[in-house]
Amino acid sequence: MLRDITLGQYYQTDSVIHKLDPRVKLIATVCFIISLFIVKSWVGYVIAAIFLAVSIRLSRVPFKYMVKGMKAIVFILLITVVFNLFLTPGEALVSVWKIRITKEGLQMAVTMAVRLSFLIVGSSIMTLTTTPNSLTDAMEKLMKPLKVFRVPVHEVAMMMSIALRFIPILLEETDKIMKAQIARGADFESGNLIKKAKAMVPLLVPLFISAFRRANDLAMAMEARCYRGGEHRTKMKPLKYAGRDRIAYGVLAAYFAGCIAIGICL
Amino acid sequence: MSIILDHVNYIYGSDTSLAVHALKDINLVIPDGQFIGLIGHTGSGKSTLVQHLNGLIKPTSGSIYFNGEDIHAQDYDKKKLRSKVGLVFQYPEHQLFEIDVFSDVCFGPRNLGLSRQETELRAYAALKQVGLEDDYFYQSPFDLSGGQKRRVAIAGVLAMKPEILVLDEPTAGLDPKGRDEILDQIAKLKEETGITVILVSHSMEDVARYVERIIVMNQGSVMFDDTPREVFKHYRELEEVGLAAPQVTYIMQALSKKGMPVKTDVTTIAEAKEEILRVLRGG
Repeated sequence: MLRDITLGQYYQTDSVIHKLDPRVKLIATVCFIISLFIVKSWVGYVIAAIFLAVSIRLSRVPFKYMVKGMKAIVFILLITVVFNLFLTPGEALVSVWKIRITKEGLQMAVTMAVRLSFLIVGSSIMTLTTTPNSLTDAMEKLMKPLKVFRVPVHEVAMMMSIALRFIPILLEETDKIMKAQIARGADFESGNLIKKAKAMVPLLVPLFISAFRRANDLAMAMEARCYRGGEHRTKMKPLKYAGRDRIAYGVLAAYFAGCIAIGICL
Repeated sequence: MSIILDHVNYIYGSDTSLAVHALKDINLVIPDGQFIGLIGHTGSGKSTLVQHLNGLIKPTSGSIYFNGEDIHAQDYDKKKLRSKVGLVFQYPEHQLFEIDVFSDVCFGPRNLGLSRQETELRAYAALKQVGLEDDYFYQSPFDLSGGQKRRVAIAGVLAMKPEILVLDEPTAGLDPKGRDEILDQIAKLKEETGITVILVSHSMEDVARYVERIIVMNQGSVMFDDTPREVFKHYRELEEVGLAAPQVTYIMQALSKKGMPVKTDVTTIAEAKEEILRVLRGG
């Protein structure tokens, strides 16, 4: 049931991308997203597609698995395309009654579809190949300069990693409670909206109670081990750049520079 | 009223890199009125197996028949199946949600579409069956003790009047007194109503006293399926898979090795006492 949600869930395998420093992957993802909005010609999108395809290939995550995770956002994609297609003013291509498809609309719709799907696949490569914990590690490290402005970087990173850590636990818990209530004859699927919302009560009440119970336990356990974040705290596995990370940065810089050049010239 | 499992296989996450073959070719017949112990180490597939019995999980391959009908056939009424096969999950107290104990127990029968009167009658009877006193009926379920919460949760399933009651580790996390009380209550219920009971556990000690048949699971397969007496004869093999026979089995084995002519296939302390007395009296 709920286990089927794969969008961005870590996929365990051994690949070059998996081994990269999470900071590289984080920066690369941000650069890739920016590049999608810089380039405006098809040449740029072809280059982006090649970059994406190579990354997917290197990550060794089955493409099928990635696409399966994308099912959830097909609806959003569809709405974007439809709205752009029909509601962009300009030179009419086809016009039936009051509905007009314009040349600009078509162009816009295609661009948006490509951008959105690239954006999602691109960022899911990062989450598929990086554990949530190393991702927050990377964020903490990259945000360190903000400490000058009194931003509690460590605390924010800690909260994020706890939140991420609890997602699978709560999903499992939801699955369990759902099954237990179905075993008692609960029906989560049929009925109108109000009936469906009411059917969620037997699921949500136990779920909230269990979330609070777990949060309490965790806080207690952290206190029992004298946890205090921030200053003077060292890491067991500090992040360190290796040779492959430098190569990755090089490739990324070349790609990004290329995209900027294309964005300016074409 | 029987359940038949025919070549049932189940694989978790079959399209990921972490596929787990949780059930391997399970063939079982569960006839009416039996008291069965389903035993296995953590991760042996016993919880997965019981979730197949009321159609919560669909087997990757193989079929399950309830009263001769395939429960995964297109037009099979799963809701009816779930009222016939009552499943009490591990830590069932985590599923309580209503404002008071009585309404929570009413949830199951109400979902069956019964009248209010029938629902309340059933809820009352179920709470009596698990031995909860009237004083607690209108308290919040979250104010009760662990053992009491568990009784309420079990009553919630009993109120649906299942013909087959499956309990997944009903004694997990309870103290010895709470454990004995729950198990005694289940045994009493079985005696009074004659329903089929499947007791899932990892403790031989718990089930040996009550059940007439033991199914031992190991790594997704059925390892033994026999009467307790026969199963405990294989105590060496049971140890190898991280299980153990009841302590009396070991005592009788040790006595027999020391040269005392006792029978070694006793399963309960009472039987062992009789057997030792018999030998000592020179019977």
